[in-house]
Amino acid sequence: MALTGIQIYKFLPKTNCKECNFPTCLAFAMKLAAGGVELAACPYVSDEGKAALAAAAKPPIKLIIIGDGDKKIEVGNETVMFRHEKTFVHPTALVVRIKDTDSADDVAKKVDEVGKYGVDRVGMTFGLDGFAIDNASGDAAKFLQAVDAVNSKTDLPLVLMSTDPGAMGQALDKVAAKKPLIYAATKDNIDQMLELAKKHSCPLAVRSAGGLNELAELTEKAAAAGVENLVIDPGTRDFADSLVTLTQIRRLALQKRYEPVGYPVITFPGEGAQTDEEEAVLAAQYVAKYGSIVVIDRFSPALALALITLRLNLYTDPQKPIQMKPGLYQIGEPKETSPVCVTTNFSLTYFSIAGELEGAGWPSWLVVCDTEGLSVLTAWSAGKFDAEKIAKTVKGENVAEKVSHHNVILPGGVAVLRGELEEELPDWTIMVGPREAMAVGGYLKENWKN
Amino acid sequence: MPEVEIPVEKWTGQVKTVKLGGGGRKEVVIGGQTTLPFLTFEGTIPNPPKIAIEVQDKEPSWPAPLLSAWGDAVKDTANWAKKAAELGADLICLKLLSAHPEGGNTGAAEAKAAVEKVLSAVDLPLIIIGPGVAEKDNEVLTAASEAAKGQRVVLGNCEEKNYRTIGAVCISDGHVAIAKTPLDINLCKQLNIMLSDLGVQNDSIIMDPDTGALGYGIEYGYSINERLRLAALGGDAMTSFPIINQVGSEVWRQKEARVGEGVPDEWGSHEERAVIWEEVTATSVINAGCDLVVMCHPKAIENVKATIDKLMGK
Repeated sequence: MALTGIQIYKFLPKTNCKECNFPTCLAFAMKLAAGGVELAACPYVSDEGKAALAAAAKPPIKLIIIGDGDKKIEVGNETVMFRHEKTFVHPTALVVRIKDTDSADDVAKKVDEVGKYGVDRVGMTFGLDGFAIDNASGDAAKFLQAVDAVNSKTDLPLVLMSTDPGAMGQALDKVAAKKPLIYAATKDNIDQMLELAKKHSCPLAVRSAGGLNELAELTEKAAAAGVENLVIDPGTRDFADSLVTLTQIRRLALQKRYEPVGYPVITFPGEGAQTDEEEAVLAAQYVAKYGSIVVIDRFSPALALALITLRLNLYTDPQKPIQMKPGLYQIGEPKETSPVCVTTNFSLTYFSIAGELEGAGWPSWLVVCDTEGLSVLTAWSAGKFDAEKIAKTVKGENVAEKVSHHNVILPGGVAVLRGELEEELPDWTIMVGPREAMAVGGYLKENWKN
Repeated sequence: MPEVEIPVEKWTGQVKTVKLGGGGRKEVVIGGQTTLPFLTFEGTIPNPPKIAIEVQDKEPSWPAPLLSAWGDAVKDTANWAKKAAELGADLICLKLLSAHPEGGNTGAAEAKAAVEKVLSAVDLPLIIIGPGVAEKDNEVLTAASEAAKGQRVVLGNCEEKNYRTIGAVCISDGHVAIAKTPLDINLCKQLNIMLSDLGVQNDSIIMDPDTGALGYGIEYGYSINERLRLAALGGDAMTSFPIINQVGSEVWRQKEARVGEGVPDEWGSHEERAVIWEEVTATSVINAGCDLVVMCHPKAIENVKATIDKLMGK
């Protein structure tokens, strides 16, 4: 449990020396409980106090790192049940499963396809995060071969899946330097798996055959053995059990500070689904409801696009809207006679106007100004969308060189900027478009004569 | 073995129960939960989320995956509604799009005819949505209301500028009003209060707090649903109406669902992508608290229906 200000106060010197820059020890304790200051600011706290406070300050869900280098997976450290309370911190890792029963050709093809998979959204590229190699054959030699085959072709992090400590040991001898996740310790093999995790300093997944009691027993055993870089699998696979169990795990960790389940959760939607669509929907549920790692069986580009998009959406800071990279965007294949429209870099504003232009069949140039992610009217009233900024963007993007005309269309909501913009862009004719994106098709039909 | 003590929330509120249909028509009940979506270990869910299938009053200008899935049925509103019923719709959501000033500008007589057509084609409860232009909504929804008198349909959308007219019509003809607000929990609550003050009963309001499709603002819809539901379970009466989301029309406006050619290879096959887009959007808003999703693609509808069953432990 997190300590209250009063509990913390007991460990402080109670001298009100003010060296922490707070008027009293109690004030400091209160601030510390609220997470607004570091314990180190008090020079006189006892060692006993430090230990107690350090334990209480531990994040309720441990941060786990899988892999190494730039592409390592970081999961855990979540602090809320709902994304509107505070941002979800570490986006769900999307990992694709390869089985050691797949042919060498299939493995090579899949590793290549998944490894280079990347989609552009809001001006950035997003991809998949790793591979899980499954010892489906039960044969240690085949497993080693598959691990080797995948490892030699990718620098993405790996999850090694086998319950056979012998097979796992051989694979780890080969790839431990990449810090793969060992999956999994169960009640039958936990002693050997703990040895492997310790020997190779790799994170370990713990799987319960059913229920949180067994899971807690296993993680407590691991922690007692000094293995604390854990990922948990409560063993639930279907829609309803998964939603309930993963919700309970998140609540236990956050609200009860129950450490035995304070670890990221790994999930397997493919095992709870009969069809591609079902796996897509279940994987999406895990992205939203408390899965930290999602292992995908039926990889397809469409599935990956949907999951990457959902993850991007749900893991954004609710206080900070998704922003487009400012710049000049082409809608369709605009020509030099096509319309030039101005908008802000709030993603939804961009999508609305881009969607309408495209839907109405108007290839266009869209000048996206940096308004720090605010919509047209909000940005205007906050002084972040003015004539100067629009003019700077139009000039900076060399729009004049892309088109044969000099007409630029302002969003109707900021018609008031027309005069100033005429001064800033003397070579251009400033047109005032409709207030709503929805009306842009009709507006262009009526007013665009080029 | 340690005995893990499961934390259980003690909710004090309950989502209001709204009955739709009746008067010779099938009856569908939504709302009534005393817990968050599908968390049956701490409350009850008497009525699982329902699916309404979108039907329009004119032949739709839809992208290929929808047109090929529906075939000729969409050429006639009555056939369309019948096929929707065969596909397992819980309700039919009739959209009077031809009344839009830029889409035909038809009036009360045409609206009445379209509603009567659907009412006689199927025995499911009906949701009737106007073209989204306040004046036209008032005109066609008033006509629709009369045509459906006694059959307890849902009329929408009541927005801030026209809630009085549509709210009054709902009161006089015994229908249910949709309170529609643009992605803002405070505006949502405010409109619910205004409708209540007007005299619309608690069992006759459902709220559409709006949502974007996956990739187009679903995070707003998702969080507003969650916030509304948490507020309702916390005991706030004016946020405790059942939630409706127009998933289908939001999804099928977007490029990922609409466009088959000239997109990156990473987007995968058009139909697969479009169906996943609609079902992921639908199940996400349902997991966040939506009680009634309006959808378009038969395959996505089938999958979402199956998902709801599974989440209810069936």
